[in-house]
Amino acid sequence: MSFISYLINGISLGSVYAIIALGYTMVYGIAKMLNFAHGDVIMVGGFAVFFAVSMQGLPTFAGMLLAVVLCTVLGIAIEYIAYRPLRQAASSLAVLITAIGVSYFLQNVALLIFGANTKAFTSVVTIPAVKLANEQIIISGETIVTIISCIIIMTALTLFINKTKAGQAMLAVSEDKGAAQLMGINVNRTISLTFAIGSALAAIAGMLLCSAYPSLTPYTGSMPGIKAFVAAVFGGIGSIPGALIGGIVLGVIEILSKAYISSQLSDAIVFLVLIVVLLVKPTGILGKKIQEKV
Amino acid sequence: MKKFQKIMSLMLASAMIMTMLAGCSNSNDASNADSAAAETTETAGEETAESTDTTAASSDGAAFKIGAIGPATGGAAVYGIAVQNGADLAIKEINAAGGINGYQIEYNFQDDECDNEKSVNAYNTLKDWGMQMLVGTTTSGCCIAVAAESANDNLFQITPSGSSVDCINGNDNVFQVCFTDPNQGVGAAQYIGTNGVAEKVAVIYDSSDVYSSGIYEKFAQEAANQPFEIVASEAFTADNKTDFSVQLQKAKDAGADLVFLPIYYTEASLILTQANAMGYTPKFFGCDGLDGILNVENFDTALAEGVMLLTPFAADAEDEATKAFVSAYVESYGDTPNQFAADAYDAVYILKAAIEQCGATPDDSVSDLCEKLKAVMPEITVDGLTGEAMSWDTDGAVNKSPKAMEIVNGNYSLIQ
Repeated sequence: MSFISYLINGISLGSVYAIIALGYTMVYGIAKMLNFAHGDVIMVGGFAVFFAVSMQGLPTFAGMLLAVVLCTVLGIAIEYIAYRPLRQAASSLAVLITAIGVSYFLQNVALLIFGANTKAFTSVVTIPAVKLANEQIIISGETIVTIISCIIIMTALTLFINKTKAGQAMLAVSEDKGAAQLMGINVNRTISLTFAIGSALAAIAGMLLCSAYPSLTPYTGSMPGIKAFVAAVFGGIGSIPGALIGGIVLGVIEILSKAYISSQLSDAIVFLVLIVVLLVKPTGILGKKIQEKV
Repeated sequence: MKKFQKIMSLMLASAMIMTMLAGCSNSNDASNADSAAAETTETAGEETAESTDTTAASSDGAAFKIGAIGPATGGAAVYGIAVQNGADLAIKEINAAGGINGYQIEYNFQDDECDNEKSVNAYNTLKDWGMQMLVGTTTSGCCIAVAAESANDNLFQITPSGSSVDCINGNDNVFQVCFTDPNQGVGAAQYIGTNGVAEKVAVIYDSSDVYSSGIYEKFAQEAANQPFEIVASEAFTADNKTDFSVQLQKAKDAGADLVFLPIYYTEASLILTQANAMGYTPKFFGCDGLDGILNVENFDTALAEGVMLLTPFAADAEDEATKAFVSAYVESYGDTPNQFAADAYDAVYILKAAIEQCGATPDDSVSDLCEKLKAVMPEITVDGLTGEAMSWDTDGAVNKSPKAMEIVNGNYSLIQ
């Protein structure tokens, strides 16, 4: 019975990782850069809800909407101010370092505004827990909402990319930026759109994360951010279904190794599995091997 | 061209010497100005109300300089702020009553955010300020780091709440007001055993934290001699301290009717929330780290109802000293004091007792002062808020008896 509980917890945690990993994977696939500030956008989303709902007393829905809008604007702004001027720079390392800088910037701004005290986050989920098998298994409302949101987001995103013009433009830019530009696609606008979607997803991930584990500090986003990055690499960076699979596998491994091997070593085991997977399949589970034509 | 270079280099060199000289004279001026300013403030006498960190009051120029360090921000801020205020209150009282041996006390508190490196920086800041004795640091990890420095400098240190044995081990200049972690672990196990609180106990502890793992080790050792059984002991680490569903599930599966939490209140508040979400309602039992759980911002304190903790101070105790302290504290800082405030308050009075015993003056060097205080610490007995007739071993550990509390109606109350 407890195995099923562990599994459900793992899938729930993995779903959050998957939603965050989507942001990493989309930005990498299209802009070919690692946006290390992504984890901290999650934290901004969490604080936006906390500010609106717990401090200002707005209704939960308004708080969620505010978080999504704020993070979307923030994502576009970060891209416009910090990354776009560097996109033509000779070294891709410059963008990477800038991303780390933005990450620290966001953390410290949050530290300045909200202080370092841990805040208890009021859950945005109001669905009651489901009790199965004679109360042996209790699935919390947060778990259910997280898993369902993950499925909805994945489906919507896949449809968006395959069925809409903007989505097709994203695909084209991810395959060949130069050629896409020649075909009349506005590359800059497409990249902005990618950041907007990634950041909106980060806001949703932030709310779900903080609802399931109700503690909020300026560093809340950094560890889940790193784990989600691992999930994205695990599933094959640049691939959307890969992010889903990577996230869920990672969450389940983490929880099960905590339960059956050692509660202290779970992180070590997660990263060990990553190393093994990358040794066997360097592009990740669903990663495509791109052949460079000379 | 060569001539020009020569002239240039000469000019540059002389300019350099000039600036160096200028630098010297500037700093002289500055220090003169400083001492002049100090004199004027000294003659002004009474401290000003707006200085929250530094209380400077001196009647005849010489004053004891006491520094304090603790996390005023960050995850353990409740402790640091309590220590800051507790020490501040004691020092104000002592100054108002005429000081120690007729000398006033100057006080300076520095924030370390519960970070070892920042704590050592705070220590150095205080040394630059002229600190002669340290009340600190507040948390164990920082205290170990700072104790290494203060032992080097032979500076007398009394920690209100750094409870690890490593704070005092090998550092004969460091003394504790609180219990050491092993004592807390042993005390908790004995309390649960003798009072029959539970039969099956689960432990959730932070294996990356000296405070938590120190208590856990001794608790587990002592549990072997007690009539209860440890059915699950689960660890977590600093990088993985938001999801406790697995640890709680294991405790539940093992049938534990009590969960022992030798951890800090931030994680404990998450554990309580998650246990509630999964419908698991054992008795929760903690040490002094749980003190502060009722102050977590936005935390539903109803979840903490019935939580038991071993801590040497209860704000609702009926004795005169506690009542007077609580009302003065509430009046000055607008909050009910916790154990840490009481520890810091006691720490300052312990310093006072020790200084009076050895007759030290502010003119003693830091090292002489430390030697004198070290010599008298095992001789003195202090009646404080956190224990009656507290006495010390030469190694720095305190002897006093613990008290158990329970959270009832959103307040800590003493179990009789």
